[in-house]
Amino acid sequence: MELVAPAGNLPSLKAAIDNGADAVYIGMRNDTNARHFPGLNFEESNLAKAVFYAHVAGAKAFLAINTYPQPQGWARWQRAVDVADDAGFDALIVADMGVMEYAASRHPNLRLHLSVQASATNRHALGLYQQQFGIRRAVLPRVLSLEQVTRLAKHSPVDLEVFAFGSLCIMVEGRCQLSSYATGKSPNLCGACSPAEFVAWHSTADGLESRLNGLLMDRFPAGTVTGYPVICKGRFRAADSVYHVIEEPTSLNTIELLPLLAKAGIKAIKIEGRQRGTAYVAQVTRIWRAALDALSTQKDAFTVRHEWAESLAGISEGAHTTLGAYHRPWQ
Amino acid sequence: MTAMSAMKISLGPVLYYWPRATLLDFYAQAAGWPVDSLYLGETVCSKRRALRTVEWIDLAREISQTGKQAVLSTLTLIEAESELSTLARLCDNGDVLVEANDMAAVHLLSEKRLPFAVGPAINVYNTRSLHYLQRLGLMRWTAPMELPRMTLAAILEEADDLGFGERFETEIFAFGHMPLAYSARCFTARANNQPKDGCEFECLKYPDGLAVYTQDDERLLTLNGIQTQSGDVLNLIPEWKDMQALGVQLLRISPQSQHMREIIDHTHAALRRGALPDLSAFIEGAGCNGYWFGQAGHLQMESERSMP
Repeated sequence: MELVAPAGNLPSLKAAIDNGADAVYIGMRNDTNARHFPGLNFEESNLAKAVFYAHVAGAKAFLAINTYPQPQGWARWQRAVDVADDAGFDALIVADMGVMEYAASRHPNLRLHLSVQASATNRHALGLYQQQFGIRRAVLPRVLSLEQVTRLAKHSPVDLEVFAFGSLCIMVEGRCQLSSYATGKSPNLCGACSPAEFVAWHSTADGLESRLNGLLMDRFPAGTVTGYPVICKGRFRAADSVYHVIEEPTSLNTIELLPLLAKAGIKAIKIEGRQRGTAYVAQVTRIWRAALDALSTQKDAFTVRHEWAESLAGISEGAHTTLGAYHRPWQ
Repeated sequence: MTAMSAMKISLGPVLYYWPRATLLDFYAQAAGWPVDSLYLGETVCSKRRALRTVEWIDLAREISQTGKQAVLSTLTLIEAESELSTLARLCDNGDVLVEANDMAAVHLLSEKRLPFAVGPAINVYNTRSLHYLQRLGLMRWTAPMELPRMTLAAILEEADDLGFGERFETEIFAFGHMPLAYSARCFTARANNQPKDGCEFECLKYPDGLAVYTQDDERLLTLNGIQTQSGDVLNLIPEWKDMQALGVQLLRISPQSQHMREIIDHTHAALRRGALPDLSAFIEGAGCNGYWFGQAGHLQMESERSMP
């Protein structure tokens, strides 16, 4: 299985590759990708340098152009596709049909991967994108159980890539408008979920309050661990109790599923986190490289080493991890 | 876009889990209401089986015979093979228009060269996507919930410029709790400490979904099984004249358990008189309309256009 690692800048890209990533994925410094955060991502003039570094090391470079252009901004997405081809990327990660059509017709040799933001969760949806735009690989939303992933891999018309580690979207990616409901900005509209400019923290008599565009996401008694205020990890009242109505702050970690994912024929595993720092990218990539190498030599005897589990837990959101939807009872 | 056509009213699919008798009674009544299109079918959870697939199809045919347009609306999040089989039966129904809520449905319908509609969970944010789907057979679309008016206007204008503006209809989800997100997890089961696989059909307890409030008592969300909806009720009906001028043909009203007859009647009467309906009596709280104005969806904006 191919290890696909995130990079929000050139140092992270180097860290990912130096620590054993088979491929890196990056985005441009605008709203054409779903991690459109201030200070993150690559200037157009740096794209070729990024690709060059990957290629010299024998790794691949993917460019995420995985948001949904609106007519006013179309030129940026078109430009992104054009420069990606010039820069020599191995694949584009795309979500919008208009972008796919443009790429497939103008740059027929450019390999297309279906982004998780396109929300394809079944073989007929995948088949449509394969037939219409010639996509070669799809990244699956984090909503399928392991059994469903295994079954889909058997019947999928394209290679599959799944999320292995990182922040956990509880909702089907590309089909979540909770962020824009609170703030007016969302991954689909502008490439960001719950942007930092809408986040506020207040000390009150009831503890530390986190708000998203004025809406109270949570209250933390002194001394408790706080989480970034997003609706899907907030604590609210429903049916007379106050609890994490959607999900606790937690991260996805599937390292124990590696043998089963390999057996299912999953082509690539993806690490989330282009917004993370270089040290994080280096550490996570190193552990997953070691795990994949161990898997290829030990096969069925593969076990998760204690130090991997400990390191991954230590850098996870909320300091604990879950198998998420892969594990049916989670659902 | 040619001459402005009269604005039509559609009744969206019932998003909640209503018992069989309630559903049948609802549609028996709705068939007599002044609506032009009725959407039928289970769009949220395949475990809800108040009506079997064949019964939905039969009901759609019955409604078609009353002179109204019936549309079969498909499941939004499709994961299992059994769900694909149900989808295939709906797409194969033979005569009733199908609303695709997942690209799987677009695939099956376009393969059969059938015209289709797409619901608000299909991501159409630009003219190229719309044009592509139109060439695959799209004849109606309901814009995504968060799509701003300005973007809709740009899309419809470009569609005219590209010469396909008359080949499809535009529908706007105009009234009701907005469907905002879908998940593998069932939040209604979670709220009742049930596992999804043994959920005991907890959704039946909440004919309008389960209300969620912030810790300082602001209504935030509505839980509806694996679907998360807005806490506030969207009301864009007051924008109908502006929508009509943009080229919107249908206003979608999303079913709720109370006051449907009055909401439809008020809206219908207002459209006929060229007036603005006052639906505030049927909305808990202030309502919301922010998305239309390019703002946060939960906000209620004052509109010059909607001032009486």
